[in-house]
Amino acid sequence: MDVIQGIQTVVSPKIVSRNFGDTVFKYLSQFFAFLILLLIVLMAYEMYASSSLSIQKFGWSFLTSTEWDPVADQYGALPFIYGTLMSSLIALVIAVPIGVGIAIFLVELAPKWLERPFSFIVELLAGIPSIVYGLWGFFVMVPWIRTTVEPFLSRHLGSFPLFEGAPYGVGMLAAGVILSIMILPIISSISRDVLKAVPVSQKEAALALGSTRWEATRIALSYSRSGIIGATILGLGRALGETMAVTMVIGNRPVIKASLFEPGYTMASVLANEFTEATTEMYISALIEIALVLFVVTLLVNTVARLLVWSFTRNADAGGRL
Amino acid sequence: MKKFLSFLLVSLVMNVALAQLQLNGAGATFPYVIYSKWFDEYQKKTGIQFNYQSIGSGGGIKQVIEGTVDFGATDGPMKDEQLAEAKAKQGTDVLHIPTVMGAVVAMYNVPEIGTDLKLTPDVLAEIFLGKITKWNDAKIAASNTGRTLPDKAIVVVHRSDGSGTTYIFVDYLSKVSDEWKSKVGVGTSVNWPIGLGGKGNEGVAGQVKQIEGSIGYVELAYAVMNNLPYASLKNKAGNFVSPSLESVTAAAMNEAKKMPEDLRVSITDAGGKDSYPISGFTWLLVYKDQKDEVKAKAIVNFLRWAFKEGQAFAPGLYYAPLPKEVITLNEKKIASITYKGKPIK
Amino acid sequence: MYGLCILSALIALIPLLLIFYHTISLGVSALNVDFFTKLPKPVGEPGGGLANAIIGTIILVGLGSIVGLPVGVFAGVYLSEFGNNKFATIIRFLTDVLNGVPSIVIGVVAYTIVVLPMKHFSAYAGGFALGILMIPIVTRTTEEMLKTVPNSYREAALALGIPQWKATLRIIIPVALGGIVTGIMLAIARAAGETAPLLFTALNNRFWHTTLDQPIASLTVFIYNYGVSPFEDWIAQAWAGALVLILLILLLSIAVRIVTRQRY
Repeated sequence: MDVIQGIQTVVSPKIVSRNFGDTVFKYLSQFFAFLILLLIVLMAYEMYASSSLSIQKFGWSFLTSTEWDPVADQYGALPFIYGTLMSSLIALVIAVPIGVGIAIFLVELAPKWLERPFSFIVELLAGIPSIVYGLWGFFVMVPWIRTTVEPFLSRHLGSFPLFEGAPYGVGMLAAGVILSIMILPIISSISRDVLKAVPVSQKEAALALGSTRWEATRIALSYSRSGIIGATILGLGRALGETMAVTMVIGNRPVIKASLFEPGYTMASVLANEFTEATTEMYISALIEIALVLFVVTLLVNTVARLLVWSFTRNADAGGRL
Repeated sequence: MKKFLSFLLVSLVMNVALAQLQLNGAGATFPYVIYSKWFDEYQKKTGIQFNYQSIGSGGGIKQVIEGTVDFGATDGPMKDEQLAEAKAKQGTDVLHIPTVMGAVVAMYNVPEIGTDLKLTPDVLAEIFLGKITKWNDAKIAASNTGRTLPDKAIVVVHRSDGSGTTYIFVDYLSKVSDEWKSKVGVGTSVNWPIGLGGKGNEGVAGQVKQIEGSIGYVELAYAVMNNLPYASLKNKAGNFVSPSLESVTAAAMNEAKKMPEDLRVSITDAGGKDSYPISGFTWLLVYKDQKDEVKAKAIVNFLRWAFKEGQAFAPGLYYAPLPKEVITLNEKKIASITYKGKPIK
Repeated sequence: MYGLCILSALIALIPLLLIFYHTISLGVSALNVDFFTKLPKPVGEPGGGLANAIIGTIILVGLGSIVGLPVGVFAGVYLSEFGNNKFATIIRFLTDVLNGVPSIVIGVVAYTIVVLPMKHFSAYAGGFALGILMIPIVTRTTEEMLKTVPNSYREAALALGIPQWKATLRIIIPVALGGIVTGIMLAIARAAGETAPLLFTALNNRFWHTTLDQPIASLTVFIYNYGVSPFEDWIAQAWAGALVLILLILLLSIAVRIVTRQRY
């Protein structure tokens, strides 16, 4: 590690590494690390260059227009942006409480022997390929939503614009639910790590002051708030980019509707469905611009999330040592 | 690790050694049922593999323009601008070769109705425009006296990908509905007023099959193979005609006399009392001047087989074989395929 | 309140159990010897199998590994052994960025970089896309695992006069090898399950591929194509394919757990 470099600098500060092998090794590994940088830059550049036609023609209105008309070569990405955000939001609303609940269960409640197998099972959920979720979602979950969930919501909450309309089964609600299952592991495992990192002294202090067990847990939660928010945002990042599972259950219709029963369309889905057949230059350019928007959005979201989780674990370490 | 690498190496070598001639094509899902049969039979007969991916007519056209496939397939003929683009990028014209004919049917999943729902052109247009939203709407009942129609919502299913099937369908709707023509228009991908999107004929059929109350448009073979009922339509002459080989052939016979030289023709809304109004040709897109002699020969030979032995498979799979006049035109067309300027023997 | 937490834990289990249950019950009927050895049949004809898809996935993951593993391992080595500078911090950040890029976007990029210049779809393009996906996982795990090797090993090697490169390759990496291999297995599991990046790079193939610069079948794309179709036997084969995939992932996950447990 850096220790060797440190020692070498102290012992022989001006002597160039006598070992040719070392120099080669260092630059070789540095080269490969550099490739990652190159890759990202290349990706961003390729997408930007290929979408220049569309950027020039539509400018910012691309992000605000709802007109997606390949016949007239008019493209606006708002329905897809809305679909992506809405389905991810629904997923978060469902997955965050359950994920944090699982984390609390694992850290505070579960007997020691249960923790590892349970975490293993939750991580298995994370490993299931997206297409398998899509298959299961379309053949099992969607009919259930169509015959049970949506009529139920319609009967009791049908007056809300959120739950209006005929039960298709496929639609925004289905997409949100399948996404929530998919991001559950990431939220719960990071929340669990974050909760574990809360210094024991905090909990002990709370209990010593006479709080109940639940109140102590609440204090632990508020302590790890930024970490949990980080976990949430990481889950969001994953949900934003999900393609196959969503494509199979969202109904593939570029509209913005208030009701969750209505079909929708996400940025990732439109790419999967329409990319191989965009016949005009402008069409392809518009699609690549959507890829670019998706890239930028997930980049921002993941950066914010990493910063939050990273800063939390740093603070927790510092806090623990006090 | 070593074992894995050596396995990989062996399979690579094996595969190169077994190198069968393989051609890649992509495009329409409309004729996929018969194309997959044709390519399977042809491979058994000659060993030549035609790897065809049904990604939709839009995809077929696009990949032909980009030159990423050896041939394409579409039921919505290429527009002049697309042909020009292909010529500019690939240096050669693209030929449209009709292979079979099929019917685009309005397939529905409403158990209460049973088979043979009768629809008129304007009712069909209004359903897909989103103006008729319930199965027991008076306009539908008007052509179906004596039937009880359920009070269920109509769920429209259309294509989410670029499709020749869509093209044939909206081409027909534009001819029979001025509102459709001005509001939505014609193309392989259109701005649908309402409905869910399914990928490929397969996807639309899959959705209709799953969702009660739904209606979608697919090629006849897909409806029959899935035991889903489809509607009879009122044709130009005023008769309600059910889609079938005979009614599609009748439509083609009526319009085929006016076949243009490049063989791009629409036979929707055909005249004649027995014609089914939403019939269409489906074409293979072949480069006129081929870059690979072996592949060029393979394509020409396959096409010749398709026009003779291939046509025999059509009726069994619910496609209509080509009329003789069209086959003659086809033979002339493929005689014009060249390899670097020289005709293929 | 705690009751709700227990409830959420139970709720989490339900989808997993259901997915396993349905995949097994719906897929097992199509899972026979033919499935692993025969080629797909045309529409409407029952039987056939997905042998080319299974081999295709193996080949694609293999190609992806050729791209992704060297970059990932060496980058991980760099970050761990030489990584206390600004450049390394940037690379770490970018690795996380790469991890978060949606796989469909990677597919789009692979299309423009590999498919268009090559003028056709190919296994190479698919492998390239999968390789990009694998890089962040391998890099991060390699770095983490190498960091857990105690510094005393490095110091001892230096004291004995062993050059750094030799020490890293012959001593440090072998100690961390178990962990590095788990990273590779996780990356392979991810790559094997991806569909989106293959849709317009490797396309698909109903026959055996001939050479690697041609389209190639893959299990995931076949599952997708068959799953959205209306044909019963295709749908059953899609479930069978899903079952094969899940079993593969399960095996890899268990293997990872066993390897990491042995370290302690």
